[in-house]
Amino acid sequence: MNGSKGRPLAGAPAGRTDRSDAAGLGRGRAAGFVAPAMLLIVAFLLFPALWTVYLGLTDYQLTGFAAANPQVVGLENYDRALSDDRFSNSLVLTLQFVLGSAVLGQAVLGFAIAWLMRNRVGALRRTVEALVLLAWILPSSVITFLWIALLDRDGGTLNALLNTPGTAWLLEYPMVSIIVFNIWKGAAFSMMLYAAALGNVPPSHLETARLAGAGTFQQLRDVVFPRIKGHVLTNLLLISLWTFNDFTPFLLTAGGPENRTEIMPVFIYRIALESGELGFGAAISVLMLLINLVIALVYMRLLRQRKDAST
Amino acid sequence: MTVFTRRAVAMTGAAAAVSLTLTACGSGGGSGPDTDSLVISANAIAGGKNEQEAKWIEEWVIPNFVEHKKEKDDVDVDVSFDASGVDDEQYKTKLALDLQGGSGPDIMNLDGIWIGEFAQAGYIKPLTEVVTQADFWEGWDQIPEAVQKLGSFENERYGIPAGTDGRVLFYNKDLFEQAGLDREWQPESWDELIEAAEALAGIDGVTPVQLNAGTAMGEATTMQGFLPLLAGAGEHIWDKGKWRGESDAVTDTLGLYETIFSDGLGDPLLQQEAQGRDKSFEQFAEGRIGILLEGDYFWRSVVHPELGIAPMEDRDEVVGYAKIPAIAPGKGIHGQDYASMSGGSARVVNPETDSPELAFELLTFMNSDEALKALLEGEARITARTDTNADVLADDPMLTFVADEVLPITAYRPGLAEYTRVSTLLQEATASVVSGNSAQDVAASYRDKLEGVVGGAGNITN
Amino acid sequence: MTSHPDHAAVPSASDAAPVAVATTPSGPPPPDAEHRRREAQRAAGRAGARKAVAGIGFYTFVSLVLAFFSLPLLWLAVAPFDANPGLSASLPEFTLQNFRVLWDNPYAMRSLGNSVILAGGTGLLVVAFAALAAYALSRVRLPGRDMLLYVLLLLSSIVTGTAAMVPLFNLATELRLIDSQLGVILVLSGGLLPSAIFILKDFMDGTPRSYEESARVFGASPFQIMRDIVVPVVRPGLATIGVWSVAQVWGNFLIPFLLLRSPDQYPAAVVMYTFYTEGGQANLALISTFSLLYSVPVILMFLFVSSRYGFRFHGGIKR
Repeated sequence: MNGSKGRPLAGAPAGRTDRSDAAGLGRGRAAGFVAPAMLLIVAFLLFPALWTVYLGLTDYQLTGFAAANPQVVGLENYDRALSDDRFSNSLVLTLQFVLGSAVLGQAVLGFAIAWLMRNRVGALRRTVEALVLLAWILPSSVITFLWIALLDRDGGTLNALLNTPGTAWLLEYPMVSIIVFNIWKGAAFSMMLYAAALGNVPPSHLETARLAGAGTFQQLRDVVFPRIKGHVLTNLLLISLWTFNDFTPFLLTAGGPENRTEIMPVFIYRIALESGELGFGAAISVLMLLINLVIALVYMRLLRQRKDAST
Repeated sequence: MTVFTRRAVAMTGAAAAVSLTLTACGSGGGSGPDTDSLVISANAIAGGKNEQEAKWIEEWVIPNFVEHKKEKDDVDVDVSFDASGVDDEQYKTKLALDLQGGSGPDIMNLDGIWIGEFAQAGYIKPLTEVVTQADFWEGWDQIPEAVQKLGSFENERYGIPAGTDGRVLFYNKDLFEQAGLDREWQPESWDELIEAAEALAGIDGVTPVQLNAGTAMGEATTMQGFLPLLAGAGEHIWDKGKWRGESDAVTDTLGLYETIFSDGLGDPLLQQEAQGRDKSFEQFAEGRIGILLEGDYFWRSVVHPELGIAPMEDRDEVVGYAKIPAIAPGKGIHGQDYASMSGGSARVVNPETDSPELAFELLTFMNSDEALKALLEGEARITARTDTNADVLADDPMLTFVADEVLPITAYRPGLAEYTRVSTLLQEATASVVSGNSAQDVAASYRDKLEGVVGGAGNITN
Repeated sequence: MTSHPDHAAVPSASDAAPVAVATTPSGPPPPDAEHRRREAQRAAGRAGARKAVAGIGFYTFVSLVLAFFSLPLLWLAVAPFDANPGLSASLPEFTLQNFRVLWDNPYAMRSLGNSVILAGGTGLLVVAFAALAAYALSRVRLPGRDMLLYVLLLLSSIVTGTAAMVPLFNLATELRLIDSQLGVILVLSGGLLPSAIFILKDFMDGTPRSYEESARVFGASPFQIMRDIVVPVVRPGLATIGVWSVAQVWGNFLIPFLLLRSPDQYPAAVVMYTFYTEGGQANLALISTFSLLYSVPVILMFLFVSSRYGFRFHGGIKR
């Protein structure tokens, strides 16, 4: 449709769509471009997801009588979940995990590295970045073994270094352990994103601020942060949701000791795979989705506020 | 479950059609029409978990059965093996997914405690319903009635037991001597067990008793901890159609945990570690654990001088074993002086198989005396068959001890779908005691949780 | 079961806030030249001291970061060569025996090849499909575009969870995708695509459109424009998505395990879990060695991509 329209005048207020359709795709062809991805998504994501929502309304189990003859039980699973101590326990733990490891840990550490490395070139920067990224891309089964070895009670490297023999980190400080572990594993994403963001802050502005006597903190607050606020929010949203859905700590602590690290994805795994209660597990998955939705909405609201404030 | 599948197809519509075209190059998967084909599945893999079994299936069972069929009936059969070698829960999930979709291997290895829940789900059927000749296999005569329970549910045979085991108290004779105890030991009551542990507590760096507890140990807590003790206190966890709640025996059993862990006779941290059981093996082998409740697996695969994962060169001299005493003589189940628990797996024919008679023939072939001996390759291990045991255990005093002394007094777990969840509650209960709560309180809260798991107070007895 | 592909929603946050440069307080005008000179001297001294402190702080921080990130990796460097590895990374008795055992293992080496097929296939599919979709979504406003993306992103968190395994499994069964590597690739791609499209769309939004317009004037077709103009510009973004997809698939255990039947097809993530003995004890010797082999391909990929495209978001995921 816009193919016939030609190029709109620069700065024309309306017709954002047309203006941005520089290649003259048109809706028809655009739909063609989107189709292959959409087909896969509909078949292998949308459909199973809706099916899972349906399972959440049944008492379906993997084995036993309920497997042979599943019944629709309405909202019973939700009722059960919301009155289950294990569910509220895992929700609180998940929020701690997200807040501690993503919002505070990964974001702050990632930013600190990006900030301090922003003007560096050469071997030091490459080494730091490579190590941080390595933690990000190594398979989780491998890195969990590395951390088990690091934190081991008897021969662990950490105990040897700190001279604290016999400290069972994963048992005595389970939540702290998985939080630090997740910071280690995921800081790379924030680092990369902030490195790109800081590239958008003109060095001249920082220079001006510095000459005017602004300290690092002031520079960050007055010059840097306003320019990368959007990145910060996007980053926080992404890592919050990823961390929320992260199953890897299971490989480290199996949800223990005594469910003290049973964050929600681990809870679901244990319900679905170890107990075979797929209906109940599906319902909790849906609840988790709703919580994710709330998180997403909060961040989006903050983003919109930022937009409003800036215009 | 088929309802789900059909609805799925109806709902997928276009997406399915598209994906189907995409799949055209995928594996078609298929049994040739000319030769009968069978698939065996077990949680075993060459080079990994249960390697011996995997190799036996691939290198002995398959070629010999194919040859046997050729010679006997002049038919070609095609037998293949789907190796797995992962966590049992994952293996079980995969099988259940296959079976609920109406597919799956023709012969599969199931843990004895899955039989009930698979049967209730309709995934497996009594052997007589699948195969007409099921009751006429001559091998049944060689499998003791008690051991047949392993492959049965509600008095129907679903499969052929593959092997069984028994649990005992292992102890370190050197440490006993060091603590001023006799090298030969057979406690007659829990008090005598505690006395020995207190004597061992005098040795520096030694955990007197390792009694599995907590959820990290998983089923090891229930099987090598709570249940054999409960049997010694006089009760089955499931009896006459009801689950045990806050009974005296349950409280007594938790009380023994309380005694051991509150007096520092056990290591409470070891219980919580994800690798706790491996650690307990290592520590026993290093002479840092005095008494350990384990299955005969510990003897033949953990501390075995050559094959063990925590080998002890002087195993035969240092490692002692004793029956698990009842709380007091005569107070165990059936008025026994001692108690134990047994587990094991059974091989089952998939009711959906295309050739049930052939599959059953292969199943019996795998459970023949000859086949079991080929599996063991001269290694001593308790099988389901009496004739085989008589030959293969002859040289191993420990396993003979289990076969002769422990199996007659042993008990099996209920093969019910709820069992796994009850077991988890028991694990949580022991963890709670270990972390300092009183046995009384824990027993009461265990009973409360039990209601939610077994479908109400009506299914619970004290 | 390891590392579910992570998915999450991203707000499209279409406009960057052109926040005015901060108004930093400028110092008061100096009263006289002498004062100015002294002030300057003092400032220089302060700056020097601050620089020294900053330098020390910088190197302390960098050392801590290096230690923090390298410490856990020690075990990976040591244990594979240890004849008797425990969980401590110390004083190995050097051996290459572990490698020999793995070499002889019927599935270990082959599984690495399978992982390459699964991860490579999924990576290609995701990058190609996501790039096409992201480009179209970036340039043409399709009705309900943003809503659609959010919904899909949130739904993907359900599907990657364990509870969806029955739907996924039954779907694969009906489509005859059981025991097929293609099945694994399709299922994994479906889960990864929404996030990939989202991130790539941000990259596409950030690229200038003037080239595309001129190319169009010269009569290039949209597909040619995409291939010859857009792709080269967003290559770092494609590389990042490619690496991300590969890393997700590389670590995924549950989907390949549930969908594949013959062990010949198992990827490394599944085979790694078979190095256990009957009682569930980890065979540390094999696991540590295999961990190293299992990590090498992703490390090589990382080095390749980072030398080629400078592994970073080059202004991607802008706002």
